[in-house]
Amino acid sequence: MTAGAFAVQLLNGLASASSLFLVAAGLTLIFGVTRVVNFAHGSLYMLGAYVAWSVAEALSATPGASGLGFAAAVLGAVLAAAVVGSLVEVLILKRLYAAPELLQLTATFAIVLIVRDVALAIWGAEDLLGRRVPGLDGSIPLGTRSLPEYDAFLIVAGPLVLVALTLLVRRTRFGVQVRAAAENRTIVAALGVDQAKLYTAVFALGAALAGLAGALQLPREPANLAMDLSIIADAFVVTVVGGLGSIPGAFVAALVIGLTKALCIALGSVDVAGVEIAFPKLTLVAEFVVMAIVLAVRPHGFFGTPASLPPSTPLAEQRTLVVAPGRRELAIGAGLVAAFVALPLLSDEYSRVLATDILIATLFAASLRFLMGPAGLTSFGHAAYFGVGAYAAALAAKQGLPMLASMAVAPVAALAAAIVFGWFCVRLSGVYLAMLTLAFAQITWSVVFQWDAVTGGSNGIVGVWPTGTLADATHFSWFTLGVVSIALLALARIAMSPFGQALRGARDSPLRAEAIGIDVRARQWAAFALAGAFAGLAGGLFAFSKGSISPETLAIPRSVDALVMVLLGGLNATFGPVLGAAVFTWGQDLLARATDYWRAALGVAILVIVLVVPNGIGGMWAALRARRGSA
Amino acid sequence: MSAALSVDGLEKAFGGVRAVDGVTFDVASGELVALIGPNGAGKSTCFNLINGQLAPDAGRVTLGGEDVTGRPARALARLGVGRTFQVAATFASMTVRENVALALASHAGAATSLLAAGLARFDAAADALLDRVGARELAGRHGATLAYGDVKRVEIALALANAPRLLLMDEPTAGMAPRERGTLMQVAADLARRDAIAVLFTEHDMDVVFGHADRVIVLDRGRIIAQGSPDAIRADPRVREAYLGTDSAG
Repeated sequence: MTAGAFAVQLLNGLASASSLFLVAAGLTLIFGVTRVVNFAHGSLYMLGAYVAWSVAEALSATPGASGLGFAAAVLGAVLAAAVVGSLVEVLILKRLYAAPELLQLTATFAIVLIVRDVALAIWGAEDLLGRRVPGLDGSIPLGTRSLPEYDAFLIVAGPLVLVALTLLVRRTRFGVQVRAAAENRTIVAALGVDQAKLYTAVFALGAALAGLAGALQLPREPANLAMDLSIIADAFVVTVVGGLGSIPGAFVAALVIGLTKALCIALGSVDVAGVEIAFPKLTLVAEFVVMAIVLAVRPHGFFGTPASLPPSTPLAEQRTLVVAPGRRELAIGAGLVAAFVALPLLSDEYSRVLATDILIATLFAASLRFLMGPAGLTSFGHAAYFGVGAYAAALAAKQGLPMLASMAVAPVAALAAAIVFGWFCVRLSGVYLAMLTLAFAQITWSVVFQWDAVTGGSNGIVGVWPTGTLADATHFSWFTLGVVSIALLALARIAMSPFGQALRGARDSPLRAEAIGIDVRARQWAAFALAGAFAGLAGGLFAFSKGSISPETLAIPRSVDALVMVLLGGLNATFGPVLGAAVFTWGQDLLARATDYWRAALGVAILVIVLVVPNGIGGMWAALRARRGSA
Repeated sequence: MSAALSVDGLEKAFGGVRAVDGVTFDVASGELVALIGPNGAGKSTCFNLINGQLAPDAGRVTLGGEDVTGRPARALARLGVGRTFQVAATFASMTVRENVALALASHAGAATSLLAAGLARFDAAADALLDRVGARELAGRHGATLAYGDVKRVEIALALANAPRLLLMDEPTAGMAPRERGTLMQVAADLARRDAIAVLFTEHDMDVVFGHADRVIVLDRGRIIAQGSPDAIRADPRVREAYLGTDSAG
């Protein structure tokens, strides 16, 4: 590769870094003041791109106004994002500032689902290409290559926004309030600042930055419905690497990530010791490696400090007593098993498929609940381990391994993935942990998506069917029941074992746990790995029950499915996972057949859970029983 | 015989500030030593250097002759260091009995088993330990529902679960009602003397310090400015000047 081409790639990387910075800056600004990590930040970015497209199209049809197109489109996007951001803050987040961060994060994820369906309804499923920007549609010659003028514009835009934000924060009264709120919220209240207004304003500003980034991205990338989650994962990596709450940190991290990716593309395919390595296909892996290195050396990123993390608020259920299941639970469990045994014999194929789906979802939810309950670690990326298990089983079967051996590969592969990712995850807590788990899951998804040769890319793997006697659908549903029941019993046993109690201890009080000789981090790491292995087992069952898998198996929405099932069923109720899985799976099936916009409906349902019944159906049931008992 | 705890030439600086500047002292088995000093004197830093939360820039901490400088808290727990915290740290989602049983299980190396059935085999020992700190009646209570004074008593039971040689108590009576303070310290003092446990504690309440300590060490600006019996410290003019203030010393 020539020096010129190399330089162009690096400049391209700088342009990408600029847009990455714009998104991350808004995210980190909002976090700094409100202490909320906004998963819907990527949705505001996506909205920005769509609104910019609409404004530009509308103006291009108006004679004489097309010259204004780009500026008007950007302005429109910024305003739209700011308005939507403020609405989200006022209507939803305002009610959740004192709530456990898990509920805040889940609520913002519900907004992701709603915004995606709103965008689908307004703009449709097709990618929408942006117009070229008049005056910036040429290119600048660089040796034998050339740099698009628009990229040069972006390279300048990033630092300009950094300077503008820095001036705003350092030199204005608003900035003083923002800094004060970031450092000490009580003092801000005592100084007579209207906190409610400040939070809304900061949210609007951060959202506006996301809208700006989306609008500016449009000439480089068509507006599409997957923009929200792909950018949020990148933005999380940037904020985690830069240090949560630090705007300069976001800038430096965006540069490092942007340039690393550019470098991978510039390197092209390189022959290393006889093996050809295609670096352009490794951009996501490279991003992961950069993040891993930074976090291993500086767990709180370039400019972050442990002190900048707010103390974690536990869920109410994480402070309630857990009673070991007794005879009554055993009887109910036996009854459930009998029902699942009888179902395929008594009913139609639809019920049988639904029952198998529920069983698999139950194991998936139970594995996440083990992580969230006893271990106190919330994962927004648990589908990664489900998906790794599913892919491992499918690939093993495709390699000609017998079905049971392929099934056995699933938990082992997921365990391996969870051991690697878990090492980083247990070094962080609270919102950092949530962001990291999501970023890892998105990276796993991208690798599966990009690695055509092995995973089949977006088509996935087809023709993974049970063999022998299990090829019979009824037998397979009994097999699933058997595997899931044993796995659930094992999880329940582990949760009440000395190991499980030590995990609860580490969750309740890490300080006390260490003081009585418990290695908190090692225990949490083991729990993370275990939860991953059980999720992988569920994934293996899933692959054989469906006969085919696609990257959707480990996409972020599936992680959130698991989270919703856990919240629905409650953290402590013995049959929480099966209750949550049954209600969720059945409800989702009904919704999906009733409307194309079932995601939005699910989003609304999540908001209702979070705002109205945060302890889930299982928790509500327990509370009712306690009330009846004391009356 | 070497002292239960021996601190030798401990130093720690934060930025340019020498928070702990060459601190040396011993605590013998069965002896209660109070570490006091005005705010910013270096008590907390000194305490955290001994309990493994901070690593010193220089100096050594030895337990019964064994160098334990910079070892993490969980390693110290295995070497026989019990601890209580300024804000009492117990396990809120468990019963008091489960709290203590977990601590006993951890000490016995039995808190790692994945498939064993619970902690029930430590219940009797947990009840016995609760009895020793006068908290037997709390055994069945849920940790999250206890009054703070009770949490403090439970915490002492947790700190004693590893049969410690050394008990470190950071502000043991902070946040407690004045009437409860004396009772709590008396429990700790009686246990320490009977089982020959060395106790080092920091404390703001001078009644507690002078009422229970065998010896008092006074820190100011990172250095020891005086140490001796409560009576000697009470009378020491340097201490009055640095810390107690000439009026409030009487």
